[in-house]
Amino acid sequence: MSWEVVIGLETHAQLRTQAKIFSGSSIAFGAEPNAQANAVDIALPGVLPVLNREAVVCAIKLGLAVGAQIAPRSIFARKNYFYPDLPKGYQISQFEIPVVMGGGLAIKVGAGNTAADKYVRLTRAHLEEDAGKSLHEDFHGRTGIDLNRAGTPLLEIVTEPDMCSSTEAVAYARTLHALVQWIGICDGNMQEGSFRCDANVSVRRPGEPLGTRREIKNLNSFRFMQQAIDFEVQWQINEIEEGRAIRQATVLFDPETGETRSMRSKEDAHDYRYFPDPDLLPLEITPDWIAQIQSELPELPQAMKQRFETELGLSPYDAATLTASREMAAYFEAVLDVAGKENAKPAANWVMGELAARLNKEDKEVPAAPVSAIQLAGIIRRVADNTISNKIARDVFEALWNGEAADADAVIEARGWKQITDTGAIDALVDEVLAANQKSVDEYRAGKEKAFNALVGQAMKATRGKANPQQVTELLKKKLGG
Amino acid sequence: MSDLINSSLRELSAALAAKKISAVELATLFLDRVETLNPTLNAFITTDREKTLAQARAADETRKLGAGSLCVPGTPLRGQATASLPLCGIPLAHKDIFCTQGWRTSCGSKMLENFVAPYDANVVEKLAAAGMVSLGKLNMDEFAMGSSNEASFFGPVKNPWDTDRVPGGSSGGSAAAVAARLTPAATGTDTGGSIRQPAAMCGLTGIKPTYGVVSRYGMIAFASSLDQGGPLAKSAEDCALLLGAMAGFDARDSTSLERPAEDYSRDLSRPLDGLKIGLPKEFFGPGMDDDVRVAVEAALTEYRKLGATTVDVCLPNSGLSVPAYYVIAPAEASSNLSRFDGVRYGYRAPDYDTLEEMYSRSRAQGFGSEVKRRILMGTYVLSHGYYDAYYLQAQKIRRLIAADFSAAFEQCDVIMGPTTPSVAFPIGSKSTDPVQMYLSDIYTVSANLAGLPGISVPCGFGAGQPDKPMPVGLQIIGKWFDEARMLNVAHQYQQVTDWHTRMPEVTK
Repeated sequence: MSWEVVIGLETHAQLRTQAKIFSGSSIAFGAEPNAQANAVDIALPGVLPVLNREAVVCAIKLGLAVGAQIAPRSIFARKNYFYPDLPKGYQISQFEIPVVMGGGLAIKVGAGNTAADKYVRLTRAHLEEDAGKSLHEDFHGRTGIDLNRAGTPLLEIVTEPDMCSSTEAVAYARTLHALVQWIGICDGNMQEGSFRCDANVSVRRPGEPLGTRREIKNLNSFRFMQQAIDFEVQWQINEIEEGRAIRQATVLFDPETGETRSMRSKEDAHDYRYFPDPDLLPLEITPDWIAQIQSELPELPQAMKQRFETELGLSPYDAATLTASREMAAYFEAVLDVAGKENAKPAANWVMGELAARLNKEDKEVPAAPVSAIQLAGIIRRVADNTISNKIARDVFEALWNGEAADADAVIEARGWKQITDTGAIDALVDEVLAANQKSVDEYRAGKEKAFNALVGQAMKATRGKANPQQVTELLKKKLGG
Repeated sequence: MSDLINSSLRELSAALAAKKISAVELATLFLDRVETLNPTLNAFITTDREKTLAQARAADETRKLGAGSLCVPGTPLRGQATASLPLCGIPLAHKDIFCTQGWRTSCGSKMLENFVAPYDANVVEKLAAAGMVSLGKLNMDEFAMGSSNEASFFGPVKNPWDTDRVPGGSSGGSAAAVAARLTPAATGTDTGGSIRQPAAMCGLTGIKPTYGVVSRYGMIAFASSLDQGGPLAKSAEDCALLLGAMAGFDARDSTSLERPAEDYSRDLSRPLDGLKIGLPKEFFGPGMDDDVRVAVEAALTEYRKLGATTVDVCLPNSGLSVPAYYVIAPAEASSNLSRFDGVRYGYRAPDYDTLEEMYSRSRAQGFGSEVKRRILMGTYVLSHGYYDAYYLQAQKIRRLIAADFSAAFEQCDVIMGPTTPSVAFPIGSKSTDPVQMYLSDIYTVSANLAGLPGISVPCGFGAGQPDKPMPVGLQIIGKWFDEARMLNVAHQYQQVTDWHTRMPEVTK
């Protein structure tokens, strides 16, 4: 009998604000322990929280980007529990009325042209503050508390249980990861914990009600997410097949063993005693404020992808690849600005091919590419106007990558790579090639098409690639009586 | 010199301006009184003569440089906008709930017995900026939870009118100190009556402003949606001056209201002709002692003589105010006091093996029994399955109570009644019966639940020991932001009565 997997994700995205969500402290990563914790963060007696509106702007941006409702009035609540790195004894979060409700993300499951479309519904997204860190290393028999992270603004983005495989969960997480960076609300740095996911996983027989879920906490890489969910699913199936019931629990993934293990069960779950925080007024968001943020929002990847398909005639695959990150899309658009929309297809090939490959090889990000969009556009234009061939173009790209000259024209000039377009010169050259390769000529005449390609190759070789291949082909055909 | 201890703030200001006395001399006068009388009254928890005198010297300097000399007695003040500093050099003392940089802030608790805040509360900052000189920190019920000041880690405060009796609470140290003339004025906080009730029991004038008028920044939270700071002093006129210096928008408190600065003295001399006083029948029912009733009725007669008329009004839900209060306040307190966990500051139990033991022992040993009782109640009413039945219901009652007041204020300008159902009771007489203790707030909690301003004014004396009559307080509740009018109503009464000038024997 088969099993169905049901997955919902909760993602904590750390917001790119200047200051913490309820205090003026900086949120920069990596400062000395407690150097970025002021009286409010330490929760001294008598201090009060004041909402950082920058964090609200981030939440509104996400809400607009996922087509959600922005609550005109949402409430901050206190989630009460004791932990040494939770200075107030409660976390300020949103409970009953979150700032963002509904919406969803269109994702691609699988790779290439066989990728399937799927829509993952979002339940909500709410603002909250992060806790500090408990440090157990270097403190023998003691625990160190670093409150630098305490009060860092988070947006918790919660999906409906719409995903039914680890692949879908990862596809969703990747899409969300790209989106939050695209709209500039999160740096997406998973290693530093700026983007971390919890996965709620359950299994059931087709047609049966939802099974009991277990929550895998703090997945901070896509690979771990995939491994953790796969392990958890198999574990749950085994349990049930061996006659044991799944008990609701919170589990941790151990990358060392590749296994998930229970952290606490439902029985010892906290009663968080949520209630509205009396220190904070309800968060009021006016339509004007939303409209203003809407007007400042960049074109979203989904819309840009559509535009690339309809305006530029790119394939859905190309359009999706180019809009995978805002930097990549911006680079592509900058190439088109100079090279012209008529060169969209070659520009797409260059960006997705040569550029992406080189970046990947050298582990660089788009903004750090040694060949600028304008330089690449220069190459594409010289190919388009037949100044150079595609093969030479790759050499020009290489030269620019190595910083040999300021632009394509300078490289072409310096290297003497200008394509030979003088018909007389090519004519003489072709005659020489035909005379020197009688065997190939005979074979071609005997019906061997391959022999023709050999002749073209010889001709191109003789010009060190500078002849226009089309011109050479035409001349050869004419002379061979084709 | 001795008449200085009975002087109004305006008179002290004039004496300072006229160089009849220096701030240092004035501070010394009161510090000496504290030294003599505090062992009997236990009103002060912390004093520091050097710090006080340093502030006094600075105030003298400020006056010499001119800022204070612009003050002409009797001229109307223009709130914060005035260039003069009428309060410069006048001593006061702070309830130990206000954080003070460099002075211990204990909140009346073992938990904070050794806590020195690295910052000043907004109220402390503002009064210091006005040039006022701090005499020290005043005793209070632990974390402001109490109505008798018996629930202080630093021991009970004695009522200067009869040292066998309580001064009221939780600002009991503030009230006792002003009543015994250990300080001309004091700060207090009022969550369910903690300024008005001790003011009434000690024969003082004390005002709880509209919620949001005085910043809560640096005021250790008891119940955030109810807490409000305010002054206790000898007269309405003094309270008006002090409130002007304490009030104002503070960006660090999200519940602080952005309103233009006010001169709360502006209407003091306005006649009361045509004033409509609402008398809620719920404030005059059974439960009020006869001596209190007699004094309050007499005050109303005085008001009628001043040209006011009285009208019966109805606050039908006020009977629910104490139950609602004892759900909401402990709920908020249970969460507000979670930060006292022994991790970062405050008391930590000496022996523990696990984290949980560290928490439970630190809190069990650091908090007193009344605080623990309220944390338990608050935790209970917020718990899963009880939240709707208690917390949400109480919030609904709170809205109904506010609506009752709105309706009543359609018919009147101010509401009057007793501040407390009885005069100050003997120490120990209610400390074993929390419900009886809670009922001493029965007339005051409604104003907190509705966010309304309330003032208590001395209006006579009730039965005490034969030789020790105890003060009675008249409560005046005003419309939201109507502090200036309430102070006017109180001041006019104090122009024709002398209850507020009476002093307990102990001061003589």
